[in-house]
Amino acid sequence: MNEIKTLIWKEVTLEWRQKYALSGMLLYVVSTVFVCYLSFNLRRNQLTPIVWNTLFWIIILFTAVNAIAKSFSQERYGRLLYYYSLCSPQAIIISKIIYNSLIMLLLSCIGFGFYAFVMGNPVGDIGLYFICILLASIGFGSVLTLVAGIASKAENNATLMAVLSFPIILPMLLMTIKLAKNAIDGLDRSVSTDEIMTLLSIDAIVITLSYLLFPFLWRS
Amino acid sequence: MRKIWWKILCIIIIFYVIVMGFMGPVPHLPILNETIRNTYFHVALWLAMTTLLLAAMIFSVKYLMSGKIQDDDVASELTKSAIFFGILGCMTGSAWANFSWGDPWPNDPKLNSAAVSLLIYLAYLLLRSSFEDEQRKARISAVYNIFAFAVFIPIIYILPRLTDSLHPGSGGNATFGSFDFDNNIRKVFYPAIIGYILMGMWLAELRIRIKVINRIREEELIVKNN
Repeated sequence: MNEIKTLIWKEVTLEWRQKYALSGMLLYVVSTVFVCYLSFNLRRNQLTPIVWNTLFWIIILFTAVNAIAKSFSQERYGRLLYYYSLCSPQAIIISKIIYNSLIMLLLSCIGFGFYAFVMGNPVGDIGLYFICILLASIGFGSVLTLVAGIASKAENNATLMAVLSFPIILPMLLMTIKLAKNAIDGLDRSVSTDEIMTLLSIDAIVITLSYLLFPFLWRS
Repeated sequence: MRKIWWKILCIIIIFYVIVMGFMGPVPHLPILNETIRNTYFHVALWLAMTTLLLAAMIFSVKYLMSGKIQDDDVASELTKSAIFFGILGCMTGSAWANFSWGDPWPNDPKLNSAAVSLLIYLAYLLLRSSFEDEQRKARISAVYNIFAFAVFIPIIYILPRLTDSLHPGSGGNATFGSFDFDNNIRKVFYPAIIGYILMGMWLAELRIRIKVINRIREEELIVKNN
């Protein structure tokens, strides 16, 4: 437990020292949202809640892929070896998953704030929408961390990351979009328990698998 | 001549399925009519594919446990034959959908998740081809294969059942075995699954043998050059 805490702290300090990565991702979200805003500028009335919602989640998906892809490749090979000699692989993957989920949470909250600011906010049940953002951040964070670990071992990293992660993340994305749609319509929360349970169980499967499989991955 | 019996069995079963599948008695149901014969091909192909993928996953686990490169050969070739069956399953399903639902690719959750799962496994092939080193390739693709199977099962068998689908078993449609699965169908359907699984194993076995021969030849070449 202590190990994990230290590792997360290490990631945070690293991020803080080289601010360009995080600020780059923030700028990425903001400029993507702004591009979407300007592109829809001509026909604001055609931006139905469904389009609004889908667009937001696609922006978040691409942000997630870009933000997490660097989580293994940004550190130099020698330094990785050093970590591996210090702590257990389970601690490394768990700390990376937690850290990436936190980053995703931060990015999607800021993204949501800015998106709602420029594109209007049709959401009926803000609380449920934030639950949805939380679940999606955990899910995207955990799936993409393992895929980033796999992709970082290969040469053509960027393509592989997208190709490997998009189909795997799709069921999660669809469930999230559905849940977010319920939140926008302001439906009663009991309607959405199904989706929340499914998302939670997908998250649980993915995190357990990452925990079990990562020790085999880092050795190579 | 050892272990040839199952190949003969496979040929016999496949011929039995083709002949009985097209000529045998089937129940007459509205809308489905004679297209119900596609059960022997479409449904059985998907079940055979799932079995092959399960076997591939087991071999991937075995590889991670033991580190023997042979286990990885088996896993990758089983996956390739499973992808082949998946494509065939999509095509037969498409032909069926064209007649009974009036559209070769209706917007149905199960169809879409079938396409997604094929994408997942095609990505597996891409991942395999992006490594040079054999052990490294084997280990990383084994990890991905286990992960992919754990995602494949919910995508294909759980998520579509939560939403409305034209397929049996979801959206209020009854599952197989409850009303339209009479004994005439069973007599062909179960052998069909076994036949396809055997065929998939045969395909995989041939490719594994080619791989092994190539590896031996390469090693001989290396020894000669030194």
